Formats: sequence, structure tokens, C-alpha cells
Amino acid sequence: MSDVAVHEADHGTHGHITSTGLSNNKVAMWLFLGSECLLFGGLISTYMLYRGRVSIGPRPGNVFDIPFTSVSSFVLLMSSLTMVLAVSAAQKRDDRGTTLWLTVTALLGATFVGGQVYEFTAMYNEGLGFTTSLFGSSFFTLTGFHGVHVTVGIIMLMSLVGIIKRSDIPGDKAEVVELIGLYWHFVDVIWIVIFTLVYLIPA
Amino acid sequence: MTVATETHSEHDHSHDDHAEHGMSNAGYIRVAIILAAMTALEVSTYYVDFGAFFLPVLLTLMCLKFFIVVSYFMHLKFDNKLFSFCFYAGLFLAVMVYCIALATFKFFAA
Repeated sequence: MSDVAVHEADHGTHGHITSTGLSNNKVAMWLFLGSECLLFGGLISTYMLYRGRVSIGPRPGNVFDIPFTSVSSFVLLMSSLTMVLAVSAAQKRDDRGTTLWLTVTALLGATFVGGQVYEFTAMYNEGLGFTTSLFGSSFFTLTGFHGVHVTVGIIMLMSLVGIIKRSDIPGDKAEVVELIGLYWHFVDVIWIVIFTLVYLIPA
Repeated sequence: MTVATETHSEHDHSHDDHAEHGMSNAGYIRVAIILAAMTALEVSTYYVDFGAFFLPVLLTLMCLKFFIVVSYFMHLKFDNKLFSFCFYAGLFLAVMVYCIALATFKFFAA
């Protein structure tokens, strides 16, 4: 009996035969990001409903620091650039470039999170707490969830740097970097929506 | 008779093709500059009175930036259409459901 192995001539599967001819990991990540649209859609629409509901405490226009948040937004946007450069380096098998750009991305993300923490502290000092009003609750829930997503992304980035340095990644390294890159870009994309709807459009 | 099997996992040509998908680093930097310029234009709406164009300009810029990041940085434009379906199906469902929810609470009423 002869054994004939049939392999899909597909670049995404990297040796694993799948019914779609695509990487199952990548399909799963895109499905996950599609579901995340539903999560953030709910949080954003709840904020849009409640942002004018201020019985006590400051109103949105009183607490938002647009120049500061604009700089934060720019920082996060640039982290998307450095992330795509990391993915590009990984595809070229440049480990040094990959770890460099991943580290820069994590640093930019940490800068953004630091800015958020500073902003939340300033808002709290101005009288806007989580339970102050419906506006406060919905705002902190939305931006807090986003901040947690960024933090998880930073942890994943730094973990990946450590794993690459130890050359511990089984399978396709470029795909792993790409998958984490998809998550990171999505986090940036959600902030694009939040920055416009929450900060720039007055209540 | 057995036939030696070979695996794809270390084939360079697959990764070369994968690297050909998308853009060069210079292209990504150009896209980032465009996104930064769009962000600056968005922020300018805080300082400059756009009048009746305020909301359309902001929402248009938001959507453009969204799709530019998804298409170019996330490679969706260059990848298999199944990935686009997975993402845009979720996005479409979210937008529809939450627009209906907002309309239920008369959010869009004048």
C-alpha cells in the first residue's frame, strides 16, 4: 500500500490541512475580533445614551482635555505603525527587528495607558467618579474596558518578545506575531471610534 | 511502497509569498502619515467652527480611518475574503443591533 500525502498548496496552513485552506488560528482571531465589535458596540451605544444624563457632578465638556487626549490618540496610532513593522520584520525572519518593534509598540501602548490613568485621576479629582452619574459610569466602563484590552495587549507583546528571544515559539513565528498584531490594531481601531464619538462630538 | 512526505512548515517560498502580501515598510509609513493627518483634521474640529459640516466631517474621517487601519494595517484588503466576512459580519451585526437599540430609546429623534 502506498501512502500518498495530499497537501494543500496554501501558504496560510503551513503544513496543516484545513477544510478552508486557511489558517484556523487566523480565522479564529478574525471571528474573535468580529465578536469584540459586538462588545464594544454595546458599551459605546450605552455611553451615547447616558452621556447627557448628569444629575450631579461634572458634565462631559467640563472634564475632557481634548489636547491631551489627542496626543494619546496619536501615540496609539503610531503604535499601530510599529506593530505592522514588527509583523513585516517577522515575515522577513528578522528576529532582532521583530523584538525591537514589538518592544517599541509595547512602550507606546504603555504610554497610552499611562495617559489614561492620569486622565482618570484628573477626572476623579474634578468630581467625576464611577458612581457619580450615569455619564460617569458609562464613560469609565467604556474607556476602562478599552484600557484593559490595551493592557492585555501590552502583556502579550512583552511575552512574545521574551518567547522570541528564547526561540520557544513552535510553528510559524510570523503567524503568531501577525495574530497579536491583529488584536493590537483592533484595539487602536476601537479607540478611533471612541475618540470621535466620546471626546470630539459634544454631548 | 511508501512515498516520502514533505511538510510545508519550513518552506521559504510560502513565507516569501506571505511577505509579498500587503505593502512595503515605506508604504506602511505613508499610510501612518495619512492617518496622522486625518487625526489632526479631526482634532481641528475642536478649535475651528465647521458649522453644519462638523458632524459629517467627523463621522466620515472616523469611518475612513477605521477602514484604512483594517484594510492596510490588518491586511484585510490583501487577505482571503473569508477573513473579511468573519470581521464585517460581526461589525455589521453590531452596528445594526445597536442602531436599533438606540432608535428604540429615541436617540435619533430630533
